[in-house]
Amino acid sequence: MKLLTHNMLTSHVKGVTKGYPLLIKATEVKVNQLDFNPQFVSRMIPKLEWGALVQAAGDLGYRQDLPGELVVDYEQNEEFLKKVHRVLLEVEVMEGSLKCPESGREFPITKGIPNMLLNEDEA
Amino acid sequence: MKLKELESCLQQVDTFEEPKILLEQYPTSPHIAARMLYTIHNTFGDIDGKLVADLGCGCGVLSLGASMLDAGLSVGFDIDSDALDIFRRNADEFEISNLDMIQCDLCCLNAEVYARKFDTVIMNPPFGTKHNQGIDMTFLRAGLTMAETAVYSLHKTSTREHIQKKAKDWGVKMEVVAELRYDLPASYKFHKKKSVSPPNTLE
Repeated sequence: MKLLTHNMLTSHVKGVTKGYPLLIKATEVKVNQLDFNPQFVSRMIPKLEWGALVQAAGDLGYRQDLPGELVVDYEQNEEFLKKVHRVLLEVEVMEGSLKCPESGREFPITKGIPNMLLNEDEA
Repeated sequence: MKLKELESCLQQVDTFEEPKILLEQYPTSPHIAARMLYTIHNTFGDIDGKLVADLGCGCGVLSLGASMLDAGLSVGFDIDSDALDIFRRNADEFEISNLDMIQCDLCCLNAEVYARKFDTVIMNPPFGTKHNQGIDMTFLRAGLTMAETAVYSLHKTSTREHIQKKAKDWGVKMEVVAELRYDLPASYKFHKKKSVSPPNTLE
């Protein structure tokens, strides 16, 4: 599970009003090299909940010097985009779980795949 | 990458070992997948450098193809662990890293949380047995919510009129991109642009 994907995931357990962001508890994290595409990274940034990304990166120990707030004119800032690329696309949670901040329900991550399926009583 | 190359690569993709009939699991043939992806990529430019979602990805033929065509990231969504296992194996064998997967139920998905997050949605959805209560329409609706630009989907020719009507109701422009013969479904492209102005205007 890459952090770009994590940034979109929410919990839909019945009754939960704000199941976001999901707290990552990782037991195995990998870093997989991916070709850097500055335009792609630049276009993804506005779609992100920046705070949630920084939090997730920090929880995994990969925040490094990613700023708490978005820098101005990031589109031209290749160094910044490279840092975002690494955190968004190269860091992968292979095993662990995602915890709903409201209900505490944990969604397992196995072989890099988060399982967001709800049980009958939770849907 | 040329079409023949893509088709050749996709022929190496492992497919369902024990397809679950109730989930309407069947692999998208490399022939169809390659042509579909190649058209989306070459004619419409909707794969290279894009964030692509594959709804009902199964063993991942479409996602893998999109990744091979340099999608920024392809994300596959499926309900079945066994299919996703095979998908994961395929991704590892091909050493493809611009790929991610989510296990979820698209029928229960609140697609709103993904609204317009993906540039492109591609799918070969399950068809369902009834037009008006079809799971294919549920998938389509989800896809249209999730996509910023376009949804590319495979449907049976017999459902074309029904889909055209739905597209009109939903205010999306629909185009038949290709027709595939030999009992294979027609493929559609759904534009995100609204094509019809509101029928009632205030005086």
